[in-house]
Amino acid sequence: MIDPIFLAEAAINGVMLGGILAILALGLNLIFGVIDIVWIVYVDLVMLCMYAIYFLSQVHGWPIWAAGLVSLGLGALLGVAVHVLVISPILTSPPINQLLATGGLLFFVQSFATFLWTTDHRSVRFSLPSFEVGGIFLPATRLIPFGISILAMLGLYLFLTRTYMGTAIRAVSQDRDAMSLMGANPRRVYVVTSAVGGLMAGLAGALLIFQYSVHPFFGGQFGPLTFMICVLGGLGNMVGAFVASFVMSEIISIAGVIWSTEMGYVIAFVVFIVMMFVRPGGILARRE
Amino acid sequence: MRATGSLAGRVTAAALGALLLTAPLFLTGGWGQYGLHVLIQIFIWSLIGQAWSLMGRFGLVSLGHGAFLGLGAYTVALLWNFFRLTPWIGAVVAVAGTAVFAAVVAYPCSRFRVVGHYFALVTLAVGEVIRLLIIAERDWTGGSLGLTLRSAESDSLLAIQFADKRVFYYGTLAVWAAGLWVWRRLDRSMARAAMEAIGEDETAAASVGIHVTRFKIGITVLSAALTAVGGVAYAQYIAYVNPETLSGIGVSLRIVFAVVLGGMYSLLGPTVGTALTIALSESLRIVFGLRFIGMAETIYGLLLVLFIIFLPAGIYGSLARLLARRPAGAGT
Repeated sequence: MIDPIFLAEAAINGVMLGGILAILALGLNLIFGVIDIVWIVYVDLVMLCMYAIYFLSQVHGWPIWAAGLVSLGLGALLGVAVHVLVISPILTSPPINQLLATGGLLFFVQSFATFLWTTDHRSVRFSLPSFEVGGIFLPATRLIPFGISILAMLGLYLFLTRTYMGTAIRAVSQDRDAMSLMGANPRRVYVVTSAVGGLMAGLAGALLIFQYSVHPFFGGQFGPLTFMICVLGGLGNMVGAFVASFVMSEIISIAGVIWSTEMGYVIAFVVFIVMMFVRPGGILARRE
Repeated sequence: MRATGSLAGRVTAAALGALLLTAPLFLTGGWGQYGLHVLIQIFIWSLIGQAWSLMGRFGLVSLGHGAFLGLGAYTVALLWNFFRLTPWIGAVVAVAGTAVFAAVVAYPCSRFRVVGHYFALVTLAVGEVIRLLIIAERDWTGGSLGLTLRSAESDSLLAIQFADKRVFYYGTLAVWAAGLWVWRRLDRSMARAAMEAIGEDETAAASVGIHVTRFKIGITVLSAALTAVGGVAYAQYIAYVNPETLSGIGVSLRIVFAVVLGGMYSLLGPTVGTALTIALSESLRIVFGLRFIGMAETIYGLLLVLFIIFLPAGIYGSLARLLARRPAGAGT
């Protein structure tokens, strides 16, 4: 039998991981909801942002918060670049071609990163304290990213509900054609959405670097998981993605402690597959 | 692809067939061996591409064919290594097992109408599950280090292990041709019309009496079984299996790329696409060698993106369409 303390610790770690996964899933889901394309390359953009933080803070000696801000900017820039260079020429292509174009980008980004930085694992060293509550360790390297992720989600919520652009984004995701009838310019909405989605990728990179080392194939670790969270929550459904992030992270954390890390992922994916059959529209969807 | 019906088409096909049958006579020496190696790879991956296109052309976009490939290859390799079961029987077990697995996945997918993006992502999850299971069961499978087939000491028909590449050349050529035959049979059957109707509109198809679930499961099982055959051929030829090269998102995407590049609606589309992608990556590898690790793949990825943006119908598909347009009214 496994010590309940370990299980409790795993559950808490799951919540903290869930915060970061939610940032990834919300960013990808925002793009999907508005532009209707799944960016297979999404988590590889996160990888590039993590490299930026690594080099700025470890090689050039920047303070970590400044490197993090650069990561946000870089993420937004990459988001716009992906949209303008790859997505906009194929906006009307069949979905499979759109999927594959971002998939080809994945090969490109991963291999180019291998070429530039080799396959070494690189990590940023933090000297942060760890708190102990009732035998459970709460390292600051998990608490800080979790706190920031919650704040960021609040920020995203306010942006989407309180600003003109945010309202426009939500409007497009509800009805793409009606939007242009209303005289709004969907092209601008697409670019802003890609920038915000990229910004979320940059943020996720800044949060992930606290606990994970970065390498060219980092995307494979979180990419499939992120797609599945989006589908589980309902593609384009932001609240669903939020809930699904925590469901998946808890499964991975707890099953990871009981069996092994790989089995944690296997069980999470199997849960995803089964859920697809039970609730194809996502966990929060009403059945059609 | 009605062009083969014409005389010119037949002559071309016969010439191509004769060339393929006699190719090993010309391919001798070091470079010849390398050429044979590349051709064998093309046959194996084309077969897998054809298998994928059986589903892809009807709108069932699977991003999880790595699952079927990995299952096929690992089943035959594990049975041989641990039980000394001849790959002839192992292959039957592998293909049957993969077919059953595919049916188990396909049944709920078609029953609950998981289509489009959702189908792609569910199959992607399936591929990841198989990859992770192979890694997790490392005591058996060697985990991410892969598994080498136990050597049979000398050439052995029973173990399907030969030092001479020509044996594999003819073997994989035959398997590839069989794959083409299956594709052709399906293309000319009633099932094709039914599947096309389902791909267009499921509800309408069901309303004219097409058994949607049965057809979808059937096509998935057929596609998975052929993919498993490709996996078995790969395992026997390379004599080494690895979860990253056989399962997961990377290999699944590569299969789809090759097919889309060649064009999935024509008989030879997957083969043309596979031959092009393999030729591309091999020549990039020769140019760059070990000097710039990752550079070859970088260019490969970049070219794929460019191809998809500028040649959306696939190279062979675009060419075939262009040729079909020329003789007035010849192609529909």
